[in-house]
Amino acid sequence: MKQYLLSIYQPDGPPPADLDLKRIMRDVHALRDDMKRAGAWVFSGGLHDASTATVVRVNDGEPLITDGPYAEGKEHLGGFTIIKAADLDGALDWGRKLATVLTPLAIEVRPFHDDATH
Amino acid sequence: MSDQPLVSTSEIARIFREEYGRTVAVLVRRFGDIDLAEEAVQDAFATAVQRWPSDGVPPSPAGWLITTARNRIIDRLRREASRDDRHALAAVMQSQSRDDLEEVVGDEDVGDEPLRLMFTCCHPALALNAQVALTLRLLGGLTTETIARAFLVPPATMAQRLVRAKGKIRDARIPYRVPQAADLPARLRGVLAVIYLIFNEGYTASSGERLTRDDLCAEAIRLGRQLNDLMVGEPEVMGLLALMLLIDARRGARVSADGRLVRLADQDRRHWNRAFIREGQALVRRCLARNQPGPYQIQAAINAVHSDARAAADTDWGQILMLYDQLMAVAPTPVAALNRAVAVAEVDGPHAALTIVDGLDLERYYLFHAIRADLLRRLGRSSEAARAYDAAIERCDNTAERDFLQRRLTEVQDS
Repeated sequence: MKQYLLSIYQPDGPPPADLDLKRIMRDVHALRDDMKRAGAWVFSGGLHDASTATVVRVNDGEPLITDGPYAEGKEHLGGFTIIKAADLDGALDWGRKLATVLTPLAIEVRPFHDDATH
Repeated sequence: MSDQPLVSTSEIARIFREEYGRTVAVLVRRFGDIDLAEEAVQDAFATAVQRWPSDGVPPSPAGWLITTARNRIIDRLRREASRDDRHALAAVMQSQSRDDLEEVVGDEDVGDEPLRLMFTCCHPALALNAQVALTLRLLGGLTTETIARAFLVPPATMAQRLVRAKGKIRDARIPYRVPQAADLPARLRGVLAVIYLIFNEGYTASSGERLTRDDLCAEAIRLGRQLNDLMVGEPEVMGLLALMLLIDARRGARVSADGRLVRLADQDRRHWNRAFIREGQALVRRCLARNQPGPYQIQAAINAVHSDARAAADTDWGQILMLYDQLMAVAPTPVAALNRAVAVAEVDGPHAALTIVDGLDLERYYLFHAIRADLLRRLGRSSEAARAYDAAIERCDNTAERDFLQRRLTEVQDS
């Protein structure tokens, strides 16, 4: 089995007022349970807004701390799920299910190096 | 005894084109490494070029090539195996015996291996231009330089595109598999689109080297035939093959002796390829019998009606218009609507056709302006026609087609 990172990209700022967050969270949890039952789920988590992010760099051994997310832009990583799948088709299948639950958000599916679990 | 070779170089080249994809496909599946498979298959063909002229072609060229290439890979893996790799090598060898490779190699028919590789090359996770390049490289055995020339990009760019695509197949683990029933229709559409794109690139873009372009048409038709053999009775596969054969049949009449583009209506139909027309029409009849129409089948049927007419004046435009109506019902694209308008012009006259064309949003497409110009010319609106020809010429990249439009422009200006 290979591991894949499913990243959820979402626009910054508060969600649209008409969004039924309760229903979405219920669907996300149901999908997570499906993943667990299928033996595909490894880890998942939702993140606070990108405005809460802090960047740390080390320059000449000195840590430099700056406010804000690393990447500029209007959309940021909002959460992620790590899954196990036999191949990309298997991973894309979970990606499609996640994207269905979170429509219209985009899900990026990206493979881990094979030695990630060592 | 004579020193006459038992097999000609051109015969070996033909076997190369026929067997390359299948051989690569089998080895990719066994060893899971595209580069390793390609290199070994090329080595095996180099050996064939040395040996076959004196030894003769083996009874199963594919079996011989697969065995030779496989032995190369195993030799190479043994040679290169460091202590750490011996584990991996042992695993490969073990899976070899498990998979009964000998049995596969001994079998003349290696089943659907090329089909698996086609679905890998045309996987939607790869960019369309990478899908096209991979298909030509892995299934057609075209060199990176040839593919680069055909698509008018620098060889380094094409090489980079192929390396990146092969890297993604490996690292993201894009499977070698015929998709499951639920995904098959959409994935098959992707494969058909890639083959048709290769064909169209060969057929309409005659800039660049002529021979290379004809190679693309031949390769697309070869892939279409192979797909049709592997997915027997799949209507859209038959439809695409028929469509390519019926269009390609006109190649000999499409360009005049002095290199000018000749319109369908003006072509000398004696120069059409009768064998391709017969094969294409037979496929269209089989499609009709199955009665599961799709866009490729309908376009093939339209071309079959054209190829039925002994002279342009005998064309059954009523039948063609009916087929375009059917095409618009299953795949309503603006380009299909534009082509339908050409049939409307023949059945209901240029005025009705112009009304349709003017309602289409195809401002950037040169044929939109070219067809509009022709309709305006037929309605005697010469100055408007001239402006439309100008617009078409401005948007057309193809030298032969631009020359054709230029001649038409001069004609309306003189009238």
